[in-house]
Amino acid sequence: MGNLLSLTTFIPLLGAAILALFLRGDDEAAQRNAKWVALVVTGATFLVSLFILFAFDPSDPGFQFVEERPWLLGLQYKMGVDGISVLFVMLTTFLMPLVIAACWDVKTRVKEYMIAFLILETLMLGVFMALDLVLFYLFFEAGLIPMFLIIGIWGGKDRIYASFKFFLYTFLGSVLMLVAMVAMFTDAGTTDIPALMAHEFGSESFSLLGIQIIGGAQTLMWIAFFASFAVKMPMWPVHTWLPDAHVQAPTAGSVVLAAILLKMGGYGFLRFSLPMFPVGSEVMGPLVLWLSAIAIVYTSLVALVQQDMKKLIAYSSVAHMGYVTMGIFAVNQQGIDGAIFQMISHGFISGALFLCVGVIYDRMHTREIDAYGGLVNRMPAYALIFMFFTMANVGLPGTSGFVGEFLTLMGIFQVNTWIAVFATSGVILSAAYALWLYRRVVMGDLIKESLKTISDMTTRERAIFAPLVVMTLLLGVYPALVLDIIGPSVSALVGQYDIATAAFEAANQVASN
Amino acid sequence: MISADIQTVLPEILLSLYAMGALMAAVYTIKDGAAALLTWVTAGVFVLLAVWIGINGDGTTTAFGGMFVEDAFARFAKIIILLSAAIVLLMSEGYMARRNLLRFEYPLLVALAVVGMMVMVSAGDLMALYMGLELQSLSLYVVASLRRDSAKSTEAGLKYFVLGALSSGLLLYGASLTYGFAGTTLFSGIIDALQDDVSLGLLFGLVFLLAGFAFKVSAAPFHMWTPDVYEGSPTPVTAFFATAPKVAAMALFARVVHDAFGGIVGEWQQIVAFLAVVSMFLGAIAAIGQRDIKRLMAYSSIAHMGFALMGLAAGTALGVQAMLIYMAIYVTMNIGTFALILSMEKDGRPVTDIQALQSYSKRDPLMALVMLVMMFSLAGVPPMLGFFGKFYVLRAAYDAGLGWLAVAGVIASVIGAFYYLRIVYYVYFGADQDGTDSRPTPVLWTAAVITGLIVALAWLPGVNLFGIEPVAAAAAETLVN
Repeated sequence: MGNLLSLTTFIPLLGAAILALFLRGDDEAAQRNAKWVALVVTGATFLVSLFILFAFDPSDPGFQFVEERPWLLGLQYKMGVDGISVLFVMLTTFLMPLVIAACWDVKTRVKEYMIAFLILETLMLGVFMALDLVLFYLFFEAGLIPMFLIIGIWGGKDRIYASFKFFLYTFLGSVLMLVAMVAMFTDAGTTDIPALMAHEFGSESFSLLGIQIIGGAQTLMWIAFFASFAVKMPMWPVHTWLPDAHVQAPTAGSVVLAAILLKMGGYGFLRFSLPMFPVGSEVMGPLVLWLSAIAIVYTSLVALVQQDMKKLIAYSSVAHMGYVTMGIFAVNQQGIDGAIFQMISHGFISGALFLCVGVIYDRMHTREIDAYGGLVNRMPAYALIFMFFTMANVGLPGTSGFVGEFLTLMGIFQVNTWIAVFATSGVILSAAYALWLYRRVVMGDLIKESLKTISDMTTRERAIFAPLVVMTLLLGVYPALVLDIIGPSVSALVGQYDIATAAFEAANQVASN
Repeated sequence: MISADIQTVLPEILLSLYAMGALMAAVYTIKDGAAALLTWVTAGVFVLLAVWIGINGDGTTTAFGGMFVEDAFARFAKIIILLSAAIVLLMSEGYMARRNLLRFEYPLLVALAVVGMMVMVSAGDLMALYMGLELQSLSLYVVASLRRDSAKSTEAGLKYFVLGALSSGLLLYGASLTYGFAGTTLFSGIIDALQDDVSLGLLFGLVFLLAGFAFKVSAAPFHMWTPDVYEGSPTPVTAFFATAPKVAAMALFARVVHDAFGGIVGEWQQIVAFLAVVSMFLGAIAAIGQRDIKRLMAYSSIAHMGFALMGLAAGTALGVQAMLIYMAIYVTMNIGTFALILSMEKDGRPVTDIQALQSYSKRDPLMALVMLVMMFSLAGVPPMLGFFGKFYVLRAAYDAGLGWLAVAGVIASVIGAFYYLRIVYYVYFGADQDGTDSRPTPVLWTAAVITGLIVALAWLPGVNLFGIEPVAAAAAETLVN
């Protein structure tokens, strides 16, 4: 079982290769076969990944299932998971079969569509498992290619603009990270992630172009990484690509984007920014906290005035990611636990919300909120499920959304009361936009002529939502499922961070005396 | 003594004898009727020579009193030159034949140009350098205007000739200044002369030499000839221009700055870094407005030369190694891309407008996929090889304290990504309309698929770029010490 991680990562790629090489034709039978192959492959990946989860030892804060082999540049091809990453791996493998099932009605270029998603799954899994800086970058960036195609080929009316914006925005963010990686490689002589976590990067302040840089090299590298992860996350004010991409992407693309791809930013902060540049994080942390607070309040307000359902949910995602960055840069056990929890739970909830939009979009081919109203009269099951996920999005106790928000707010309250106050007002705003959306779409009388014949959810659609409902409830009433796994790794992270920043502050004290 | 010298330059001598002999034979027999055969035979000779150099070459030997240097660095460059020239020749055969361009002189001129390149990369003396450079250039001027009845092609040849002559003039002027102040044309002598005293005259000589080289590698601001020549020449010739001569010129560049001016890295580092940054930005920005894929590739190659120069600007062994790997990857990408461009036809006529690629993916999914791989690779997006090339040069530049150059380079690569993406956009989600209607010939198909596989997968652990890395490192070590 030495190759369990590589096996999990590359099963989808293998599936994509099989589809590309052996599936001929574009008739209905071939399309159906492509979907079934993709479903079976993603299902098999999920089953294999269960071995990782069950064999994972939560009490060990280090990396497990590590595999290494020689690679270019004297680097190692190195994979491994710890408490922080293992759940993201599970989130990805869990959601992908649902994503495939959600695009069952796609009619154009089905084979290529399935191949794109399978390749994307491999790359996403690679991001969460890579234990080498260059390998991480490789998976992280390569994910742009299938997503660019998914938006561009199968997207909506303005898909070209959205796909270019998506690609160039994220590419610009990550090339700066690339330079920082090169700098780390030169400085530490290795790109091994565990080794880099133990390495102390220079934190002597110096001045560059006349600007005094507190925290020195660490701060500069932190900023470069921040440029990449903040765009990916996305954080206010670099979030503008997200609403465009979400609106134009096909339903399944939106689900992957919101549920998994956004999490790479948060994962990056936890894997790189905090452990490798503790001083940089300490120096820049307050800025991130304020940006998060602004994001929560501002994007919630923007969400209130949206006419397009997907755009509304996209802005709501940005707001929820604000809690995540806030929790991460509170740097205490509750904050980071909450941030990871929030990311996992947001994976289920936002994915489900985009699927909810997809259900009615498939029937009416519009996402305008005004085009709907009174759906509860003809679609009771849909109304129930949409209600459930709206509540989860708002953070109703008993759903997983509550736990994440509560923990991050508790974490931030210990650090900065004002930011906690601002962020908490976001909870109210999120209730406002989410419930108002629900009221306009689902409640009221069914007066629109076009909606008179709309049909309720099919069995396939109900089957897709069922696992999401179960997970949201399960994590909501028994959060220990997640917290027990991430706890040891997070406390190790927080412990190291405190030691490093204490040393920096002590050095500063000495210098100022 | 003389026999040992001849032993060292045997590959070059054999190739020249072959070229001249074949020329005679063809002139006095069936002339153009032998063209197809000669193309294949010449390509075969290239491959044989490459294998021979690869297997036989060992250590460092000099010939003719140091004028000719045979070392690991020269061998590395020669193998790339020979192999890429062979592949481009094979790819051009079908295209040339269908347009009645397949003259027997074509493969032989290419062979002579290759001899020139091999002399260039082995030059240990300013005279040998110039000899190789001019043999290469003169052959290339002729091939550029191979299509005699086309105004564009003759214009390309003439432009190339005039600007090439100007750059040769600059280079010669630099060489004469260097000779005047150093008292020798041998690189080893120049580096000794620089040790006691760096005179202003020598610096002037250096600057003019660098300007000449910048012309040859088409680095901005000496790039003006590139788009016109790329556009006007027959496409196979363009493919050739984009590959082997670039490697030769870049290797020569590295050889001169390290072997002759290695003692004053600080003096030329600024110049090379300047050339690099201007090329990267000009290549990235000017290509945005291009609609002709050959002109687009011209600007793309300018940007790529900027990246290769970034490696060189480091002035270290790591930098030379990065440059060599970058050039090898660059050549692979260009062969793949030009294999696709060569197969772009409509009603039997070649098309170069990028609009013709609209919805190419529906007509030929496999070739479209190769195009996708090539474009993302040229843009430097992982996991394609182009990314690894960039990573090597960025690392070398950063390691040498040129962090600002690395930052400028990645920003330029984001700007450049836009026009590569636009091609992907045409290929995959462009409107349904009439575009190219051709299928690639078997040779082009094979070249495209093989380079596509290499570019997409050669990074996998176990393949590791086919072990090119330690070889390039050894080559760089012999040059920089």
